[in-house]
Amino acid sequence: MDAIVFPPIALMPLLPTLIVLGAAMLVMALELGPRGIPRELSAVVALAGMIGALLATLAQWGTTARAFRDMILQDNYALFFNVVICYSGALVVLLSIDYLRRRGSDSGEYYVLVLFATAGMMLMAAAGDLVVVFLALELMSLSLYVLAGLFKRELASGEASMKYFLLGAFASSFLLYGIALIYGAAGTTSLDRIAAAMTARPRDPLFVIGLGLVLVGFGFKISSVPFHMWVPDVYQGAPTSVTALIATGSKAGAFAALIRVLAVVPRGLAPDGAALLWAVAAVTMTIGNVVAIAQSNLKRMLAYSSIAHVGYMLVGLVAGGAAGTGSVLFYLLVYAFTTAGAFGVITLCERSRDEAVEVADYAGLARRHPLLAAALGLFLLSLVGIPPLAGFVGKFYVFGAAVRAGYVWLAVIGVLNSAVGAYYYLRVVVYMYMREPEGAATDYAPSLAGGLALAVALLGIVLLGVVPAPFADLAQAAVAPLVR
Amino acid sequence: MIPILSLITFLPGAAGIALLFVPRRSAGVLRLVSLAVTVLTFACSLPLYFGFDADALGYQFEENRRWMPTLGVAYHVGIDGISLLLVLLTTFLMPLALVSAWGSVEDRFKEFTATMLLLETGMLGVFVSLDLFLFYVFWEAMLVPMYFIIGIWGGPNRVYAAVKFILYTMVGSALMLVAILGLYYQYGAATGRYTFDVPVLAQYVMAPGLAQNLMFLAFALAFAIKVPLFPFHTWLPDAHVEAPTAGSVVLAGVLLKMGTYGFLRFCLPFFPDASLSFGPLVFALAVIGVIYGAWVSTVQPDLKKLVAYSSVSHLGFVMLGIFTLNQQGLVGAIIQMVNHGLSTGALFLMVGMIYERRHSRLIADFGGLWRIVPAFSALFLVVALSSLGLPGLNGFVGEFLILVGAFQRNAWLAAVATSGIIFAAVYLLWMYQRVIFGEVTHEENRRLRDLTPREWAVLVPVVALIVWIGVYPTAFTGKTEATVEALIMQVEAKTGVNR
Repeated sequence: MDAIVFPPIALMPLLPTLIVLGAAMLVMALELGPRGIPRELSAVVALAGMIGALLATLAQWGTTARAFRDMILQDNYALFFNVVICYSGALVVLLSIDYLRRRGSDSGEYYVLVLFATAGMMLMAAAGDLVVVFLALELMSLSLYVLAGLFKRELASGEASMKYFLLGAFASSFLLYGIALIYGAAGTTSLDRIAAAMTARPRDPLFVIGLGLVLVGFGFKISSVPFHMWVPDVYQGAPTSVTALIATGSKAGAFAALIRVLAVVPRGLAPDGAALLWAVAAVTMTIGNVVAIAQSNLKRMLAYSSIAHVGYMLVGLVAGGAAGTGSVLFYLLVYAFTTAGAFGVITLCERSRDEAVEVADYAGLARRHPLLAAALGLFLLSLVGIPPLAGFVGKFYVFGAAVRAGYVWLAVIGVLNSAVGAYYYLRVVVYMYMREPEGAATDYAPSLAGGLALAVALLGIVLLGVVPAPFADLAQAAVAPLVR
Repeated sequence: MIPILSLITFLPGAAGIALLFVPRRSAGVLRLVSLAVTVLTFACSLPLYFGFDADALGYQFEENRRWMPTLGVAYHVGIDGISLLLVLLTTFLMPLALVSAWGSVEDRFKEFTATMLLLETGMLGVFVSLDLFLFYVFWEAMLVPMYFIIGIWGGPNRVYAAVKFILYTMVGSALMLVAILGLYYQYGAATGRYTFDVPVLAQYVMAPGLAQNLMFLAFALAFAIKVPLFPFHTWLPDAHVEAPTAGSVVLAGVLLKMGTYGFLRFCLPFFPDASLSFGPLVFALAVIGVIYGAWVSTVQPDLKKLVAYSSVSHLGFVMLGIFTLNQQGLVGAIIQMVNHGLSTGALFLMVGMIYERRHSRLIADFGGLWRIVPAFSALFLVVALSSLGLPGLNGFVGEFLILVGAFQRNAWLAAVATSGIIFAAVYLLWMYQRVIFGEVTHEENRRLRDLTPREWAVLVPVVALIVWIGVYPTAFTGKTEATVEALIMQVEAKTGVNR
């Protein structure tokens, strides 16, 4: 019997994730400390963790490493996602500080869970093995299930948590079953070796079924139709800062793992897969946009809009290649800034001591709080895709990749959907600028940290809109080795 | 070398953003600064006119800087004989529109001024862009300030009109984006060079067929909605009627020209075969628009609606001129674009002036104004006559040239279109007669004031230009003839190659 060989322990590739986890430990330790420690300290530590991870990511840019027998892949692809995820995490922490205090729910656990979720997302992007994919996904999801139910006294928050947990567990089991089937066919869970095995036997039914089940699991996490049912309720019921994290970071993490898994599919299988993805993309953007029109709750509307945006990202995935997949990465970056900003504005608005979540609550906001209204207006215009904001460039790259790959009709469906989207995004603008409030007016709940987060997000969407090329080129270069 | 085009394009927008930081109470400063900025912009655009070499081919005052080299996107601006006149028209109308708002816009005046200035940047950007990406950025970005102007400062039904305006135009331009991408990749695949540069793409001879037809239709839909070409005009009456006077002036004066400009700049040179094969269809729709707009104008009880529908008719003439694809027709179309901007802009200004006094735009509420406001009535007559194409005033020059061109293309349709001029006389003179002549029918009207010095200052430049173009059109047509000739030769050469 062979002796058990311990793999060489190389922690450097995990440095950004470890920083985030370290910050989580520190916050937990702080919670145990004396009562005199101000609550804000937890947030500051969490923020420092995010920024530290971001700096570590930037320091590692351009290097490639593998750890734990190829279970962890640290390459520019993972690092790019780290940037997206750390930015989202940092924005969410900034938005949470005053929001949670106002709602009477500030606690150290919150930041611990946000940090754990962030670490899970980052691990998903760096996973080189299906087991790591699953573990990272669960680390992220379990943290988010709890976070969604943070407002213990609110029925909607509990409902969101429960729904998210039940449907999420369902999706996880699909994913796990798929992984098991793939393991049965390939005899390994390492993505590299699965790719080799698949190339040898591309039509093995176990592979096809296993891959299909894995896609179902991911479809749930990225909230593509028909696995989107949980999205509106969870987005609406969860605390808004958590919703922002679910909409940005968890989506980025799930896409990161999805793209890695799809990259193992050999060319022979690709056309069928593309046809399937084509249909899913078209249906996802159409349903997301059409149903969003009917929403009167802003959070719910943004939930459906996020489904629509997943549809746009899937268009880039259908187009494939470095251009198409790179455009998805860029889109996620843009989307993280825009969506975190839009939800961020909601965390700063309250009406009659309660959160302002109805579209009608925003009537006349421009007159009372012009800066806040302008910020939300710009985020929404970026979501519509009005140049020179980042949302336009994101769509431009995605649809450009689709046209280039010959999927002209999918691009046509996409741009028409954008026009549909304009209707409901602009409805909010109509309320803010062109209507007067009925009853109590919505007020600004002052928050320095929240204002800072909005400023960063605004800077992001303007910068990414005016000089997108360097970032988009980085995204394409990062994804190029993966898609060959 | 001063980058004049960049200067005039971004000066208003930058000033608009800066104005947002001025305290709300200092309306005087806002007025003065915004007026100074727009007048300065106009002054800076004058060297374009005097420095423009009318005989030279190609673009002038060009600036070409790297922007996104990996994508083939550049900051490339420049003007030719077509865009020169439209740039001048924009910079000319803008200070007048702003001053006209001084009496009427009270609410959120600061934001209004800033929005108008941002709008000017968007419109100028559309006319000077020589890169499809840059063009699309301006084309879309410009919608937002116009949407706010209609939606915030418009009439009672403003929200509906604003949403209709922006959705209509966005649907049209969405498909254009796909066509732009299609053209980009087709050119890139054919030549190995991926670029959005308009002059480079214009050299490309695309094979006739389905691809070219679809791209033409996608571009044409975006532009036809903007023009608006019958039957895509339904957003226009709402937007025009609900917009505040300054918004209507800019909408009619400049925005609609972006559509006709698009046909000239992109559809004809990029897709010449499709332009020829769809030409008769556009021709027919243009003639329908001419007649339909005139008939609908005739029965309008509301002055502003009447002027709005007359735009459909006048822009029908412009489209007619463009798709004659001959020298007279095209030159006529371009000069008619300027004419329409001046005379319809002036009509909206004057309707706005009378509305401010009387808070009504219904023709039935007026009558016999000749005795009460003689100066107003006299200038109103000049403007109305210019709009209906009286020889000696500007409208005649454009319509005459267009019809000369149209008769060479299709004498029957041209003959039908000619009747549009007669109908124009009907609806304008009948309106004039009911509003200005006769007895004073409403006692309230007796107390109306005549033109104030500010209003004189707004109207005199327009009327002067109306007379100048009417008497000496060569000052303007001369600038465009070489460009038009080159455009026609380009279209003929390309379609000849393919035949």
